[in-house]
Amino acid sequence: PLISWWGGVQMGPPDPILGVTEAFKRDTNPKKMNLGVGAYRDDHGKPFVLSCVRKAEELITAKHMDKEYLPIGGLGDFSKCCAQLALGADSEVLKSSRNITVQTISGTGSLRIGANFLARFHGGPRDVYLPKPSWGNHTPIFRDAGMQLKAYRYYDPSTCGFDFKGALDDISKIPEQSVIMLHACAHNPTGVDPKPEQWKEISDLVKKRNLLVFFDMAYQGFASGDIDRDAWAVRYFIEQGHNILLSQSFAKNMGLYGERVGGFTVVCNDTEEAKRVESQLKILIRPIYSNPPMNGARIAATILNTPDLRSLWLEEVHFMANRIIKMREQLVAGLKKEGSSHNWQHVIDQIGMFCFTGLKPEQVERLTKEFSVYMTKDGRISMAGVTSANVGYLAHGIHAVTK
Amino acid sequence: MRGKHAMRSTVRKTPAGSAKARLMFAFKKDTDTRKAYLAGREYYSEEGTTFELRLVQKIKQQQSADPTSRPGYPSSLGVREFIRRATEVALGKSSRAVVEDRVLGVQTPGFTAAVRLGAELLRHWYAVRTVWCGPVYLSSPCDDSLAGIFQAAGIQDIREYYYWDYKRRGICLEKLLEDLTKAPEQSVVVLSASAHYPTGAALSQNQWAQIANVIMRRRLFPFFLLPPQALCYGDLEQGVWPVRYCASQGMELLCAQSFSHCFGLYGEAVGHLLCVLKQKSLLFPMESQADRIVRLLWAQPSAGGACVVATVLGNPAHLVEWKEEVKRIVERCMLIREILRERLRLLGTPGCWDHLTQQGGLYCFTGLNGEQVDFLSKKRHVYLLPDGCLNVSAINSRNLDNIVESIHLALTTSD
Repeated sequence: PLISWWGGVQMGPPDPILGVTEAFKRDTNPKKMNLGVGAYRDDHGKPFVLSCVRKAEELITAKHMDKEYLPIGGLGDFSKCCAQLALGADSEVLKSSRNITVQTISGTGSLRIGANFLARFHGGPRDVYLPKPSWGNHTPIFRDAGMQLKAYRYYDPSTCGFDFKGALDDISKIPEQSVIMLHACAHNPTGVDPKPEQWKEISDLVKKRNLLVFFDMAYQGFASGDIDRDAWAVRYFIEQGHNILLSQSFAKNMGLYGERVGGFTVVCNDTEEAKRVESQLKILIRPIYSNPPMNGARIAATILNTPDLRSLWLEEVHFMANRIIKMREQLVAGLKKEGSSHNWQHVIDQIGMFCFTGLKPEQVERLTKEFSVYMTKDGRISMAGVTSANVGYLAHGIHAVTK
Repeated sequence: MRGKHAMRSTVRKTPAGSAKARLMFAFKKDTDTRKAYLAGREYYSEEGTTFELRLVQKIKQQQSADPTSRPGYPSSLGVREFIRRATEVALGKSSRAVVEDRVLGVQTPGFTAAVRLGAELLRHWYAVRTVWCGPVYLSSPCDDSLAGIFQAAGIQDIREYYYWDYKRRGICLEKLLEDLTKAPEQSVVVLSASAHYPTGAALSQNQWAQIANVIMRRRLFPFFLLPPQALCYGDLEQGVWPVRYCASQGMELLCAQSFSHCFGLYGEAVGHLLCVLKQKSLLFPMESQADRIVRLLWAQPSAGGACVVATVLGNPAHLVEWKEEVKRIVERCMLIREILRERLRLLGTPGCWDHLTQQGGLYCFTGLNGEQVDFLSKKRHVYLLPDGCLNVSAINSRNLDNIVESIHLALTTSD
């Protein structure tokens, strides 16, 4: 037959961030800057291989390990240390083995499994409440798994900070037993995180509303440079009695982007419940990819379980986070020097890879057209793309379009 | 104070766990020194372990020491060089479809993921303007996880076509063609391009041509499975002939590939989905839809294993070295089959065992029934899958005697 089976396939919507990168590539301005993609770059603008990763790879190669399919839940060693990293080594949850943690295909894979799990087993409303705004991929992942999306206020554009009152107000109205998604640290895309006292109030309110908490922690270590500090909210909620769902990614904090390393955790009432949940998670995972890729998980487990490598990693994560913090400070200093009269404190206050500058779409467009600085229309920049060599230029450009 | 999940009652009952898991559990508990596990999916060497090909090890060391390699997210569709090579290895460099740029290739985290992606594409876009819901035809028997993959993608109408004749211990082409002829138009037919799992059976080129004919006549859609390419015949081209044939006939098709077995890269989840289209103009829309679906499932596939495969397939010297290692694997499997058949014949084991050498690849349908398989595991500590399938590579000089004797006893002992 001359007709194709696929004749009705429509072109999908273009990916906004990819569009930014494409336009960046075409630009011939030697001063151009790509502040779109959230992947860490060193001070020379180059992707950064952590030495602890290289060392771990050498160790692994030298050991000539077995080449076998992993079990559905992934590498056991990895799942254990992944949970430990998030929950803390002395976590009561780990001691009583009332969590189930499975290795997943990085953060996306983890969220998808979680979404599928909720769709099949959550007895409450179908609604997942995301902060406004949230990572762009949250919505399609949950929707495709069969959940519905709603939002609670989070980012306050007038302060470029946390809309605490608005968040509490909206959360207090969420129907009982709904699912609420919280970014554990380094909120994507705004970089705005609640302070510990604010987290405490959120926890109380969420408990009062009897909501199921789903934490997305993609930047542990990357936010403050300290892995325990970044996991504080997760651990606090658990202490307060929330049996949370948790997605973790090692893409950024170990630079394992392409290796697709992540974890999904369900905190249960007891070991028996955890076993039942585990069996169901396996059933969900099987028809997607059967078993996860081994390489990255091996690297991560080797790093976390080898004391020397673990300390090296903590140093390197601290270093990466610090570089970002320094760039934030330098950007604000640069803006002051340019003579900007605006309050840029939020650039320093925001945390993690991204910064919601507060620039309006017209200003973003000018910044791109006149200065070849590429970012997303919402005014978000990836601080990772800023270096000591170009931070002055960036300050100059931002001042020019905002004065 | 513990928080309570609003769990529906379905979580209360733990499903019994797959047959495979139970088998493995029993094997692990078994203390008999002669125990042999013949139900694994991987290729086992003479020493009884899975292993990495020497060449693969070499390349990995090179790659990890490479100062110019930098981390980053691969594109959601995968490593470009890998896709190019995986496509070439399935269709051939000079395939008209490749030359005319109407082939979509997507790297996936493993074989299952490739099948899942194909299923998702079919579900969403197969029939113009309607959301197609099946039917999908699977061979009888087939890998028991296949149905679940299609169902998880939202296709509930799963049917079977006649494939394996248990009495004759071979494929019954007549009945197969009959079933395909009766299938409704626009059905999807899942076909094993070479060594079938779990029977190990393979079709001749002539038989494939007949099947392709029916598919075209009845407007069916072929979805090929190619997990152990080259492991059936030791020859890349022969194992993939039906895919190339159908493509050369101008057919559209899907093909799920895995590079685990032939590279010893099991844990690395290196899979690929091939989609041959009729027109080049369909490539972009299909790519963007595949991209959209991938982003909802795993976002990007993992880079490591794919880079190794791309390096091997893209370098003539590596390719020769790799083919040598694969050939040795295949020859060993063929040898084991020969020996098994011969030993059973010498013992006077009832039945005809020619099918052992007629089949190819890693897996072999012995023809033993459930009771006999049970006898083997419980009384003789030899573990086969309940359907009588065994992994020939798990047989070696140390366990051969016991296995042969056990099979003989299973068929001659009357309970």
